[in-house]
Amino acid sequence: MTMIFGIPLQAFLGQLLIGLINGSFYALLSLGLAVIFGLLRVINFAHGVQYMLGAFAAMLMLQYFGINYWFALILSPLVVGLFGAVIERFLLSRLYKLDHLYGLLFTFGLALTLEGTFRYLYGASGQPYAVPAQLAGGTNLGFMFLPIYRGWVVVVSLLACIGTWLLIEKTKLGSYLRAATENPVLVQAFGVNVPVLLTFTYALGAGLAAFAGVLAAPVYQVSPLMGSNIIIVVFAVVVVGGMGSIMGAILTGYMLGIAEGLTKVFYPEASNIVIFVIMAIVLLLRPAGLFGRDA
Amino acid sequence: MAKPLLEVSNLNAWYGESHVLHGVNMTVGEGETITILGRNGVGKTTTLRTIVGIIRERKGEIRFDGKDMLGVPLHKTAHAGIGFVPEERGIFSTLTVEENLTLPPVVAQGGMPIEEIYELFPNLKERRSSPGTKLSGGEQQMLAIARILRTGVKLLILDEPTEGLAPVIVQRIGEVLKTLKERGMTVLLVEQNFRFASRIADRFYLMDHGQMVSEFPVSELPQRMDTLHKVLGV
Ligand SMILES: Nc1ncnc2c1ncn2[C@@H]1O[C@H](COP(=O)(O)OP(=O)(O)OP(=O)(O)O)[C@@H](O)[C@H]1O
Ligand SMILES: [Mg+2]
Repeated sequence: MTMIFGIPLQAFLGQLLIGLINGSFYALLSLGLAVIFGLLRVINFAHGVQYMLGAFAAMLMLQYFGINYWFALILSPLVVGLFGAVIERFLLSRLYKLDHLYGLLFTFGLALTLEGTFRYLYGASGQPYAVPAQLAGGTNLGFMFLPIYRGWVVVVSLLACIGTWLLIEKTKLGSYLRAATENPVLVQAFGVNVPVLLTFTYALGAGLAAFAGVLAAPVYQVSPLMGSNIIIVVFAVVVVGGMGSIMGAILTGYMLGIAEGLTKVFYPEASNIVIFVIMAIVLLLRPAGLFGRDA
Repeated sequence: MAKPLLEVSNLNAWYGESHVLHGVNMTVGEGETITILGRNGVGKTTTLRTIVGIIRERKGEIRFDGKDMLGVPLHKTAHAGIGFVPEERGIFSTLTVEENLTLPPVVAQGGMPIEEIYELFPNLKERRSSPGTKLSGGEQQMLAIARILRTGVKLLILDEPTEGLAPVIVQRIGEVLKTLKERGMTVLLVEQNFRFASRIADRFYLMDHGQMVSEFPVSELPQRMDTLHKVLGV
């Protein structure tokens, strides 16, 4: 058997893959958080719940309307994004004039309320969501067995991250977003409807979280608590990456997912805390985060 | 005087509790170039920002092209035909020069096409793909003006466009504003630099304590020079 650093190669690659998958979810979620924070200056505590809603929407669409995974992958982010737009327009936007703490408290309260409601309706235990038939099974790469769905998650998350990055860095709409992140009042004085831009941004972040949720549904189980379980780690990712940079959020997500996976191979006892240890070290050495600009 | 494009009467404005504009009255005729003079802190910037609609705590009357502007939301003032070049220039660091240039939406026909802008400001063309804030102060000011020219607004509002710039650049900005004037653009600017202002302005307003205290045409500038120097403390 091939060994690497005294570890069977199989185990090493297996954990690397799991790290990449977790990293994909971290990247998608911290990306959305960073986009929302950049423009709205709101720390969106409801992000985990929006991820959970994405998974639930896919499951409920299947149960009640027979809508399959492929349509759910598009519909669920749209539905959750629309929900986000309504929340932003009618509730969150009223808080911008107050201290930023109010936005944080509001989204935190929203998260607790929604999570509680789903626990009440569906119980705390998870429900399975089947891997779509086209992506079932696995393939033997010779050096390891790759479940096809997991490979799909890694590829499609990466594409979604790159797509979002391109949207923000290379399009006209993206230039409005970047400019409004720097100076919203001036952008509005130039004739851009910034309030609508804020609504769109919040919906985009929520939609990305829901997209991650649908991708996650067949990997983990669909449960009301799935959001809170992951969001704490994602906040740590954001702290490590720094709030300022979109690309930073993506890269840090993947890096920390992989770091977590590899720790499971070399020192399993630490795998649950490694991200927080890295966070503590980064906070000590570079408080603005790896990619953050010093404020 | 030309047909009035901007009419401001009894304009008051506040920053929270602090009352800064105390009944500003002024008129800007179509095609005119008007300069507001005044000591530091008398409310010149506030006047411009209130007209543009950035400061919302305001009372009185602002008529632009006959239209009452007080109820118009900020993102609609540009569409009414008012373009703004702020004192701090407002060049975006995360946007390239070209993205900065094309950021403000075109609001009316008759704006300057981008090729013509690049002819007028060759530096900007050369550096179109570098980040906006990598330009020198003078180039950033040119960019701040250029991006408004594209939009086709009727009134260009500038806050101290020559502040902190080298004499050559100041002269260049003067030429640009003259070119605009020849094309019929209406300009309202705040300026501390008399020499610069006297070359382009048709009329002056002198501001003190949140009001316009006098108004005179450029022809009267020489005879008023002494008093102005005293009032402005320059
Ligand atoms: N954001 C603000 N909040 C509270 N007060 C302000 C604010 N901005 C300006 N002021 C006050 O309003 C008054 C007018 O300021 P303004 O900036 O309009 O003056 P100015 O004539 O443009 O001065 P300068 O020549 O220095 O640019 C000043 O007393 C200033 O202290
Ligand atoms: Mg000023």
